[in-house]
Amino acid sequence: MKTEITDNQILNRDMAIIKKLILVVFCVFYSISSNANQGNHHDQSSNASIEEQESVEINGQKEQKHNENEAHKPSGKFAPGKMITEHIADAHDWHLWGEGDGAVSIPLPVITYTKSQGFNVFSSSQFHHGHASYLGFKLNEGGHIVWDNSEITEKIYDLSITKNVLAMFFAVLTLCMLVIGMARSYSNRKGKAPKGIHNLIEPLILFIRDDMAIPLIGKKADKFLPLLLSIFFFIFINNLFGLIPIFPGGANVTGNISITLVLALVVFITVNLNGNKYYWKHIFMPDVPVWMYIIIIPIEILGVVLKPFVLMLRLFANITAGHIIILGFFSLIFIFGAMDAKIGYMVSPLSVAFTVFMSMLELLVAFLQAFVFTLLTGVYIGMAVEEHHH
Amino acid sequence: MSLMNTLLQAADANALAGMYSKMGAALGAGLAAIGAGMGIGRIGGSAMESIARQPESVGDIRANMIVAAALIEGAVFFAIVVCLLILFI
Repeated sequence: MKTEITDNQILNRDMAIIKKLILVVFCVFYSISSNANQGNHHDQSSNASIEEQESVEINGQKEQKHNENEAHKPSGKFAPGKMITEHIADAHDWHLWGEGDGAVSIPLPVITYTKSQGFNVFSSSQFHHGHASYLGFKLNEGGHIVWDNSEITEKIYDLSITKNVLAMFFAVLTLCMLVIGMARSYSNRKGKAPKGIHNLIEPLILFIRDDMAIPLIGKKADKFLPLLLSIFFFIFINNLFGLIPIFPGGANVTGNISITLVLALVVFITVNLNGNKYYWKHIFMPDVPVWMYIIIIPIEILGVVLKPFVLMLRLFANITAGHIIILGFFSLIFIFGAMDAKIGYMVSPLSVAFTVFMSMLELLVAFLQAFVFTLLTGVYIGMAVEEHHH
Repeated sequence: MSLMNTLLQAADANALAGMYSKMGAALGAGLAAIGAGMGIGRIGGSAMESIARQPESVGDIRANMIVAAALIEGAVFFAIVVCLLILFI
């Protein structure tokens, strides 16, 4: 009696998952738009579990004071620097659309740990965009959580689910759906060609395996292939999601230096834990005349740390620079529009054309940076596990 | 001298960052762009010559050219990031 899941059942199950996701997103948007005209501000503070914290709220406040950090100041002057920083930086709420009082954003849970108060979990709407303090915390200019009473110097461990963390969850979810679905469909369609999106992913995986892992690492390539593939697809999908302007894309994930730092740290730990004795011998006792040791050994030791550091910096700078350029082109419209609305309208087609061109380049950069990161990881791992041969 | 004074005074718009640091950051970013242009230009030039020599190896050469360009851009972006740090931190 065969207990294999048929192709049709997998298709139905995947479609069911996709339909549920679409339904969730639709409900979120419907509830936002149906609340759009209310000026109320719902208080939602609770110490409930993290999954329940994501509530949808509107910031229609009837206060007189405006947020000084907004790009569109009340006087009508547009500050492009502020707008660009808002889009590049991480935040405790996910801003969807609108400006000032009509801004629509999804407040995200704030999770802090301090020695005196322990864990605190609450919605970031308690901060009212930096105007209010809650439980002794407040948001400072840069959007970070600090003590309200500036004399307290105790360290606040901020473990919140911020915009970048949520965007990473979306990307990881997409990645898991793609890859696990692919593995399942491969084992069920033995001997048959892949279908659908798996046709796109298969050449990428084969490329990384045949043209990167095996030539660079050699015999132990299979041991490191999961790491290389994970790094490549994680960076690629996060880069792509950063280019989509609509929720759930649009968060500058790989342009956040903390995330690239962790990726580089993973590479650093892998390379140095798997270094065999020839690797360490090349660093501490290279094949050069002894009097050169004093020059070569500091350089080699620096190289051990510097190589992952440069990996981190390359990815961060490329992606952030691309986002800044695109945002800069859009700011042109508003800068000219602030002078005269007609000039703003005339600049718009030009600006949009430039942005489309830059976005094409950004697509190339998204793939290329993932490729270069993975390639260099493969090179470093290959150098670490290389067998000695004269 | 007066030209230099004018330039420095123009850069003095935000007293927090100081006169010289802003100009230094701008000059640094410009020089980094020159470095990128020169380096990647050389790679592109030698790639063109090799393709002209041996047209059937276009695919290999193109892939390696792009990889080398990305690596050079890594070094340039390091300089850009340092300039951004000066300006904003």
